[in-house]
Amino acid sequence: MAELIKKEREFVVPGDEIVKSMDYLPGRNCFRAGESICARKIGLVSLSGRVISIIPLSGKYVPKVGDMVIATVEDIPGTRGWVMDINSPYKAFLPLSGVRDFIDTNRTSLDKVYKIGDVVYAKIHSMSGFDMIDISMQDPRARKLRGGRIIRINQAKVPRIIGKQGSMISMIKDRTGSRISIGQNGYLWMDGGDEKMVMKAIDLIDTEAYKNGLTDKVSKLLGEPKKPAPAKEVKPAEKPKEEKPAEKPKEEKPAEKPKEENA
Amino acid sequence: MKREDGRKADEMRSTTMTVGVIPNANGSAMVKMGNTVAVAAVYGPREMHPKHKQISDRANLNTIYAMVPFSCTDRIRPGYSRRSQEICKVTRQALESAVFLEDFPKAAIDVYINIISANAGTRAAGINAASLALADAGIPMRDLVASIAAGKIGDEYVLDLAGKEEEETFCDLPLAYMPKSKKITLLQMDGDLSPQDVKKVMELAIKGCEQLYKMQKEALKKRWIK
Amino acid sequence: MNVETMMNVQADYIVSQAKAGKRVDGRKLDEFRKIEIEKNLIPNAEGSCRVRMGKTDIIAGIKMSVGTPFSDKPNEGILISNAELAPMAAARFEPGRPSEDAVETARVIDRGIRESKAMDTEKLCIEKGEKVWIVNVDVQVMNHDGNLIDAGALGAAIALANAKIPAYDPETETIDIKNRKEKLPVKLKPIAVTIHKIGGKLVLDPTLEEEDVADVRLTVTTSDSGNVCALQKSGQGSFTAEEIEEAIAMSVARGKELRKLVE
Repeated sequence: MAELIKKEREFVVPGDEIVKSMDYLPGRNCFRAGESICARKIGLVSLSGRVISIIPLSGKYVPKVGDMVIATVEDIPGTRGWVMDINSPYKAFLPLSGVRDFIDTNRTSLDKVYKIGDVVYAKIHSMSGFDMIDISMQDPRARKLRGGRIIRINQAKVPRIIGKQGSMISMIKDRTGSRISIGQNGYLWMDGGDEKMVMKAIDLIDTEAYKNGLTDKVSKLLGEPKKPAPAKEVKPAEKPKEEKPAEKPKEEKPAEKPKEENA
Repeated sequence: MKREDGRKADEMRSTTMTVGVIPNANGSAMVKMGNTVAVAAVYGPREMHPKHKQISDRANLNTIYAMVPFSCTDRIRPGYSRRSQEICKVTRQALESAVFLEDFPKAAIDVYINIISANAGTRAAGINAASLALADAGIPMRDLVASIAAGKIGDEYVLDLAGKEEEETFCDLPLAYMPKSKKITLLQMDGDLSPQDVKKVMELAIKGCEQLYKMQKEALKKRWIK
Repeated sequence: MNVETMMNVQADYIVSQAKAGKRVDGRKLDEFRKIEIEKNLIPNAEGSCRVRMGKTDIIAGIKMSVGTPFSDKPNEGILISNAELAPMAAARFEPGRPSEDAVETARVIDRGIRESKAMDTEKLCIEKGEKVWIVNVDVQVMNHDGNLIDAGALGAAIALANAKIPAYDPETETIDIKNRKEKLPVKLKPIAVTIHKIGGKLVLDPTLEEEDVADVRLTVTTSDSGNVCALQKSGQGSFTAEEIEEAIAMSVARGKELRKLVE
């Protein structure tokens, strides 16, 4: 097979030729131009068997069925459901059938269930066409978000923040004691625990996302595990967790383990 | 020949490019070519308003080009002039060939270009910045787009006209180019030149675009790879 | 419309933090973000200044021309301020006519400069009743992360303090911007400080999400003597008389510090 012009994990810009050969197939974020396979977005080259893809570094969230997202109620047109903002080029819809409890629309107005501005953790249930995106609250993880705070994250980096089978995000949750829900659409909700440390971990992953040894770097940053935060909102007077007094210095590990991280 | 700022005939002005200058935008860039400074911001793909202007099978690339009031010798009144409207259109069409608009039916990709300091070659700087902003925003594209103006002064073919050169030149030819696909997406000219000379000026402009393309790639890499 | 729906979770978080005297980014209620200043960056402008307060980014530029004075002020130059809430600066800004926010921002900045009599407009007279200098102050917003009035007013004050009058030839009636010698007759340095009310607390230099949660704000512009030269209340909510007194005191104190940046 022909050799790649742009190597694995090399940075490419749109139009960059990655390989000139019909032996390869264009995967995500690539296109074929004549005999060449070229990049469609800025990102890193990724080869899997014969398929060349580009791991994107930026871009708006493109919904996929099965994704968990953090969605905001934007509008309530009529009695069929709620129009939701999912930070994507198209709006999503939460139909009545997507809500766990039965709603008698003759007796209850929809805004008593969810009103404009309410934020939910929901699942992309179905997509018929690019702009008919239905979400659902039926998944056991789905719920209305109360308390806590929300930060925006680069949706392209979400796979790294979650980690292989959730390993990275579990580590962050355990070590900071914070309750965290991540939306594939580029939002993160957190409540309690060492929130500052959660943000530091997210920043670190954002900068070092595709370098080797990411898990170890994050592990080092997080330090020892903390006690988990109680589910109820803590009163300010209690002051449960301040900055850890003996914080490990953030120096780069000299001998990096060559562990490959695959999102 | 002696140019006003001491450059050689085929030399472009000192150029810097910075990607990611407007945190609120999905993508952004600032391009300085000599004293001409263009800032571009991209928002999108996002909902297209008003609804009746949505295109059913592709995205709308809305390009707005405006000069900031204090960018020129004489103050520019805010609002649109016929000149800026024309530049909006040719800029949009220079960029449209490069973007996979069909990936986002009915949506809008808004490109805002502001010239904050003007010393000739503003539409070229604007296109260079807009192309970077689109790539920065992770919008799927076939290629980047680079742009520069060239002309002929006396006997020499001159690259990147600046200041008074815009008046002295026999022709002012701005050109935009997709460097990988080798396609010209913007071509304008005013002047008085033989067809052979036009060909030479175009070739010079294309060479200039190829140099700018290298800088664009570097600027994108610098922003995303630390 | 491209206004993002405010997430209740985040709004509640900001308000509850403010009630506890805290802010999302860890600042004190009356603390300003880091301010960066860049002077005379626009060669074609008579004076210019870029101000960054956190992620808020504005450029103020001065352009001068010669014109006829107002009939009731035949020996005074004319000062006109304008603010452009450019669409590139925020998803919510739309191209087209200036919104009422843009107009208000410009007029508040203008009032501060005018009422403080910061500029000795009589010195801008070229020929009484016939020709005077017209000074245009334009504030271009590059990125909106809250507190545009304070940033814009500061930028305008610094741009004016650094502006130089171009040479004017009354015979040919031409202006030569390459020949700028004399400084503008700026006597005073008006500083605008806007106080926002969030969760019942008075807050300075809000970020955009903090601003969106505040129900009312008061801009207090002071001059070098510590006197108030302009006031503007904006927003649906209201202030008590005591809160206004406190706000004025905050502006006088913070104004003194910000004034040191105007040179």
